[in-house]
Amino acid sequence: MDFFDRFAIPHPSPVIYASMVAIALTLVAIVAGVTYTKKWGYLWREWLTTVDHKRIGMMYLISALLMLFRGGADAIMMRAQTALPENTLLDSQHYNEIFTTHGVVMIIFMAMAFIMALMNFVVPLQIGARDVAFPRLNALSFWLYFWGAMLFNISFVIGGSPDAGWTSYFPLAGNEFSQSVGTNYYMIAIQIAGLGTLITGINFIVTILKMRAPGMKLMKMPMFTWSALITNLIIVFAFPVLTVALAMGTIDRLFGGNFFTTTDGGMDMLWANLFWVWGHPEVYILILPAFGIYSEIIPTFARRNLYGYKSMVASIVLISVLSFVVWVHHFFTMGQGAMVNSIFSITTMAIAIPTGIKIFNWLFTLWKGKITITVPMLYSLGFIPIFTIGGVTGVMLGMSAADYQYHNTMFLVAHFHLVIIPGVVFAMLAGLTYWWPKMFGFMLNERIGKLSFWLISIGTCVAFFPMFISGLDGQARRMYTYSEATGFGIWNMISFVGAIMLAAGFVTIVYNIYYSTRYASRDISSDPWDARSLEWATHTPVPDYNFAITPQVNSSEAFWDSKKNGHKLFPGNYKEIHMPNNSGVPFIMSAIFFVLGFALVFSIWILAVIALLGIFACLAHRSFEQDHGYHIPVEEVKETEEKLGGARQ
Amino acid sequence: MSDQTLNPETMPEQPERATLEGKNKFLGFWFFLGGETVLFASLFGTYLALRNSTNDGPGAEELFGLELVFVMTMLLLTSSLTSVYAMYHMKNNSFGKMQLWLGITVLLGLGFLGCELYEFYHYIHGEGFTLRSSAFGSAFYTLVGFHGGHVTFGLLWIIALMVRNAKRGLNLYNAPKFYIASLYWHFIDVVWVFIFTVVYLMGVI
Repeated sequence: MDFFDRFAIPHPSPVIYASMVAIALTLVAIVAGVTYTKKWGYLWREWLTTVDHKRIGMMYLISALLMLFRGGADAIMMRAQTALPENTLLDSQHYNEIFTTHGVVMIIFMAMAFIMALMNFVVPLQIGARDVAFPRLNALSFWLYFWGAMLFNISFVIGGSPDAGWTSYFPLAGNEFSQSVGTNYYMIAIQIAGLGTLITGINFIVTILKMRAPGMKLMKMPMFTWSALITNLIIVFAFPVLTVALAMGTIDRLFGGNFFTTTDGGMDMLWANLFWVWGHPEVYILILPAFGIYSEIIPTFARRNLYGYKSMVASIVLISVLSFVVWVHHFFTMGQGAMVNSIFSITTMAIAIPTGIKIFNWLFTLWKGKITITVPMLYSLGFIPIFTIGGVTGVMLGMSAADYQYHNTMFLVAHFHLVIIPGVVFAMLAGLTYWWPKMFGFMLNERIGKLSFWLISIGTCVAFFPMFISGLDGQARRMYTYSEATGFGIWNMISFVGAIMLAAGFVTIVYNIYYSTRYASRDISSDPWDARSLEWATHTPVPDYNFAITPQVNSSEAFWDSKKNGHKLFPGNYKEIHMPNNSGVPFIMSAIFFVLGFALVFSIWILAVIALLGIFACLAHRSFEQDHGYHIPVEEVKETEEKLGGARQ
Repeated sequence: MSDQTLNPETMPEQPERATLEGKNKFLGFWFFLGGETVLFASLFGTYLALRNSTNDGPGAEELFGLELVFVMTMLLLTSSLTSVYAMYHMKNNSFGKMQLWLGITVLLGLGFLGCELYEFYHYIHGEGFTLRSSAFGSAFYTLVGFHGGHVTFGLLWIIALMVRNAKRGLNLYNAPKFYIASLYWHFIDVVWVFIFTVVYLMGVI
């Protein structure tokens, strides 16, 4: 029985048993549903083995939305528990687990996946490419992320969730203080997903540098592509640090290493440093693509070209450099000298300069523009003031002397939610609404969309503004309850109301997707927003090969020029098109990674060795196979183009 | 792409970069090596932070001898040179010679790996110095072990390529594969030079 004891939940509660039943029922329902509709073959051929960047983007999107609701459920539980003083809805252990999983799920498995979704779908189209540089690696990235997320998410029903916070500081995260397997899940699931992210990073850098349409110089790239390029550069140079930190954490926990222990010479601050050397650039990995999305949406709906293109590029580059030299500001109070703190204070505050440049550029783009208020534009306009409040409080936190007051309080929680929600979540929802017609061939309902926007933006303010006050009054973050005498009760109750509004907003988004899928008109043009960049120049739905003829680019808004100034975008005739073959190996290999991760979490060494051999077998398979892709003949291209409503020449 | 375009009558001067796939692989691999550099930099940083935390166990000065490490360095440096010869013959389109020099590279790499295993065995059983003895031990075995893992992976990779292409000969499809494997091998060599300096030389002197 000893062997099976390790799979038991350390702190079971009826909610967890209910979740187990729900998960089992969902799995059975999915398997039964697919079998009943005889879709296994379709699922395997069209989705599980696909290497098409558009489909991979859609799969990222679905996963991100699922994770949004997983992380959102955690958030609602947290706010419900703290809404009243001395509340007993959750015990302290359960509370620790949900604030940990909320952070990890939202950042690693929701926000990152959402960014990957839009990057995958949009970037190759924006640069006029057939696909990414390494289509099969792209599939591998997605499946590693997917199986990593699955591994992390089974933690709460098998063996227990991580409970040391999303930052997982040692020695708290060490074996001595975190005895359940929860933190093993943290170390290994993030490692697997992180591997996928690193691969995406390399893939998109090469795609953007090598696969651009003729004439598209670097300084003629659309701003979203620019932000994707810089983001992926940050990924390649920041994620290996996380890899090392997680590997060392794993060695400490599973093999008795002494990196972060308090005995035997270990150094617990080493974790904090390594974690944030990755963690701070990670913040910009999240925010830069969002900036790119706003830079696409604002010019489209202001009917003006982007103000200050060059300064936009320069500020992205500057932010990316500064992002690597500010990490100490996450632990000003943890023992550096005044000198070190001062230096990092200055670098931190310096980031406000390029960010400020971007804010002003967006405002100048809006200035004298013919603004149409659509849902994507609403999110962009809502982003500017709320994000600025979040950003300015960031400068307050960046002053190291003052940080002794703010550190580890709800003030900090308010700050980072007020940058991440308008920065990332608004941008993702804006991007989703904006590119939805290109992805699925119909538009999301504007009226419901506007309702979602108002619920979400007002909900964000109601949920997080009170935390500034309770934080300054001394409410520490991650505190599962407090006494009535503290006076925090009212502020936390207001936060809870805001959280409910946010949740209602997200439910309306799901309803919108359902409603629009059923009722929206399928008769839309391939350019419904009258937009400016290349992704709108091809058909809707986008054919497998993206563009029948490679577009010829002359400016940063080639498609706009082709509409307004008679620029010929698609010169020449149809040619045979070379396409990559589908492959099941990325899916299978990533599933084996899941098995490996599971075996490591529970220290089942034989299974781990078998899984490792399986991974090597998949790698060797790639070396041994001969795969030259296939060709789409000219007639077929012509036929497809005509079927999609007239050839683009 | 048809077999014809991948097997031209006369090989171009740089067969590894003659196709778009080859060019992409080449650039992508350089960025991968950039990431690997950060990975090893983090491990070196950790090692430097922890190398004096010996927990009253043996430290660098008592443990390391330069003789074996010198032999290992020579083996690995020479293997880098032989892989350069292999790439030289690839560019001259003499497949047999390339395979021969890759084979020699693999043998030298195996020699290196054997020495490293002996070294670890000696520390663990002779000196009682393990991953668990101290923070220094954890940092040492992780840094040097990560490098050893890279050597093992590189060997498996080169062997797989040699076996797979033994009967097919050289073409524009597999030339980039050989080339980036040799790039990887050089990278491992460069990392070892830093390990030799930072871990062993600075440890003893």
